[in-house]
Amino acid sequence: MENIFIKYSLAILFLPLAAFVIQIFFGKRLPRQGDWVSISAIITTLILSIVMFVLMLLNYDPNFIQEDSFVWFDMGHFSIRLGFLIDNLTIIMLLVVALISTCTHIFSMEYLKGDIRYSRYFAYLGLFTFSMNGIVLANSLISMYMFWELVGVSSYLLIGHWFEKESAANASKKAFLTNRVGDIGFFIGIMLIYSAVGSFAFSEIFDGVSKGLISGTALTFAGIGLFMGAMGKSSQFPLHIWLPDAMEGPTPVSALMHAATMVAAGVYLSVRIFPILTPDALLIVAYVGGFTAIFAASIAVTQTDIKKVLAYSTVSQLGYMILAVGTGVYTAAFFHLLTHAMFKANLFYGSGSVIHAMHHALHEKHDNETDPQDMRNMGGFREKMPITYWSMLLSTLAIAGVPFFSGFLSKDAILAGTLSFAQNNPVHFLLPIFGFSAAAITAFYMFRMMFLTFHGKPNKPELIKDIHESPKEMSGPLILLGILSLFIWYTIPKGNPMSTAGWFTDLVVPRNAVVPGSITAIEIEEGAHHAHHLAMYISIAVATLGIFISWLTYIKKSLSADVWARRFGLLFRLSQNKYYFDENYNKYIYQPSLRLAEKISWIDWDLYDKYFINGFGYLTKWVSDIVGKFDFETIDQTIVDGVGKIVKFLGNTFKTVQTGRLQNYLLYVTAGIIIIMVIQSF
Amino acid sequence: MDHLNNYLFISAVLFSLGIFGVMTRRNGIAVLMGVELILNAANINFVAFSRFGGMNLDGHIFGLIIIVLAAAEAAVALAIVINIYNNLNTINVDEASSLKE
Repeated sequence: MENIFIKYSLAILFLPLAAFVIQIFFGKRLPRQGDWVSISAIITTLILSIVMFVLMLLNYDPNFIQEDSFVWFDMGHFSIRLGFLIDNLTIIMLLVVALISTCTHIFSMEYLKGDIRYSRYFAYLGLFTFSMNGIVLANSLISMYMFWELVGVSSYLLIGHWFEKESAANASKKAFLTNRVGDIGFFIGIMLIYSAVGSFAFSEIFDGVSKGLISGTALTFAGIGLFMGAMGKSSQFPLHIWLPDAMEGPTPVSALMHAATMVAAGVYLSVRIFPILTPDALLIVAYVGGFTAIFAASIAVTQTDIKKVLAYSTVSQLGYMILAVGTGVYTAAFFHLLTHAMFKANLFYGSGSVIHAMHHALHEKHDNETDPQDMRNMGGFREKMPITYWSMLLSTLAIAGVPFFSGFLSKDAILAGTLSFAQNNPVHFLLPIFGFSAAAITAFYMFRMMFLTFHGKPNKPELIKDIHESPKEMSGPLILLGILSLFIWYTIPKGNPMSTAGWFTDLVVPRNAVVPGSITAIEIEEGAHHAHHLAMYISIAVATLGIFISWLTYIKKSLSADVWARRFGLLFRLSQNKYYFDENYNKYIYQPSLRLAEKISWIDWDLYDKYFINGFGYLTKWVSDIVGKFDFETIDQTIVDGVGKIVKFLGNTFKTVQTGRLQNYLLYVTAGIIIIMVIQSF
Repeated sequence: MDHLNNYLFISAVLFSLGIFGVMTRRNGIAVLMGVELILNAANINFVAFSRFGGMNLDGHIFGLIIIVLAAAEAAVALAIVINIYNNLNTINVDEASSLKE
């Protein structure tokens, strides 16, 4: 039993990697460009995840935990261990990743048919799934960090899949670099904790924090550092800018990335590290999340690109999850992550299906001008694409927070937690206001999207006859995930549409924070329970309000969107231009840093390099010229050659003695003898 | 005449003449003749020291040996001269300088 979980996890982790390796090296030469390799790997992963999930349900133990690790490397006292941490959270998350990834693989078979990098696309999907599974299974911050970066790389590769388009290439760079900003904080947080606790493993960190090895401001900063990583990946304000641009990637990738893999990683991290977050850190987390929720929702209202609407709704929903972590109901955050993964993936598949149909229709008309993603070119697709319409409607009802759908339950749990937090701390009354108004706006803009796309009269009547329902590779995932947007799957065995109680609440129970003096899980639970009914009424009310206004505006036409846009001209322009965040970042961050870089490069090149380094060169050259001269002229020419010259001179001089005449020699001998005799005689 | 110095003087003159002959003659034969003079000068010295030095017949023995030696030397040297002539077509010693440089 125990070993099965570890073995299955190993297989789940490495099967997508194996598929990646096979695809990247041999993909092009395999039949069908090898998509069956990736798909069989991912389906095996899904089956193993389901088996693990079923085992978890049979086990039904909220305290179930499996850990296994090995020493990665050892340097004296410093040793790093990598390993798996498998608890109910992990198993649920693995299933979500495997399910959405499988749907994405199948959906992509049709959506990317005939793409020039078809096999490479599937390879990257495998890498992405591998990285995300690594994050989910990590038992320590350091292994999580490694997979965290791998997720960053794979998102870069997939967003830039159509890198011939400049916007896609820029979007992939932007996503990667924005994530790096958060990752720096993440790394600082990891190191702060390691320096205090001396370990990267979650269990040991929790032990260390509860023993008080790190506390107070240091722990707050460490928590905020770790949370910065989550901000980057989960696209929280002010690092939200990459996510809308990431829509340049293929639509199935958006579904995978925004539902199960990349953005979920940040929330998953926040949920994992929740016990060590101090009240101060949690407050920051809550405000970042709450503000992101309402801020992104207000942008989504005016977007006309169908994918941009979904992108900002993702940012907004992630804000909800982060808000839930910040207010202490982190199991609700994870619950929302689970339900959101299903309905958001489905909404993206639905938008992919619509865009696919639009592409097809535009292709028939040889129209390269019209934007296939612009909702102003759609309208009246309901009869033409019934499966897409109905499945998207289910997911839209879920995201809008309508009862009997999954989103209602999770959103309600979050809002109840927020409300109880505000009841305990009336100073922070803004948080529930953020939450409830974001809920209202979400309901409004999601139905706006549905109405503009599927209802009313076709805005481009000439296209409508070429719009067709997508083939079964695409409609299959749509039907499956549409059904999974219903409440029933998440509340088995209780089945109460108004309460989250079910297998999830039984198996994922909130734990106390290990920070001494924090509010306990029981207290949070109690508070949320008390606020539950009030939160439910308000959230039903705001959802109804949002849907009703949307209906009035876009179906009944009794409210005119244009009139309202004019009336709130400034707000409308702000929202439509995303509060000029990209422009302001460009003006106040990128351009100044570019100028600073230019200045520094001027110092480096024009001052340092030209004068200092080159000066050094000149000086060295001058000195070596002198030394060379000395060496050549004095030592070489005078002393060394001098010896030779002297020898040569002497040789020349004395060689004349060697006349070759015997008599001369004899003369010398005689002369020598005479000289010796003369000397002797004195 | 019965004085050592006279013999030594004659011997020295003879030796000097021999040296002079060896050094100045170009003809190989004449050089050999100079060598004979030097040897004989030595002979005179031996005999003179034998007579006045009280060495009995030791000097005479050396004198005889030197005469034999001179004969052998002359035989070898003349053979060399003949060979020089055969090879170089001259017996001038200053022209037999093929070992030079």
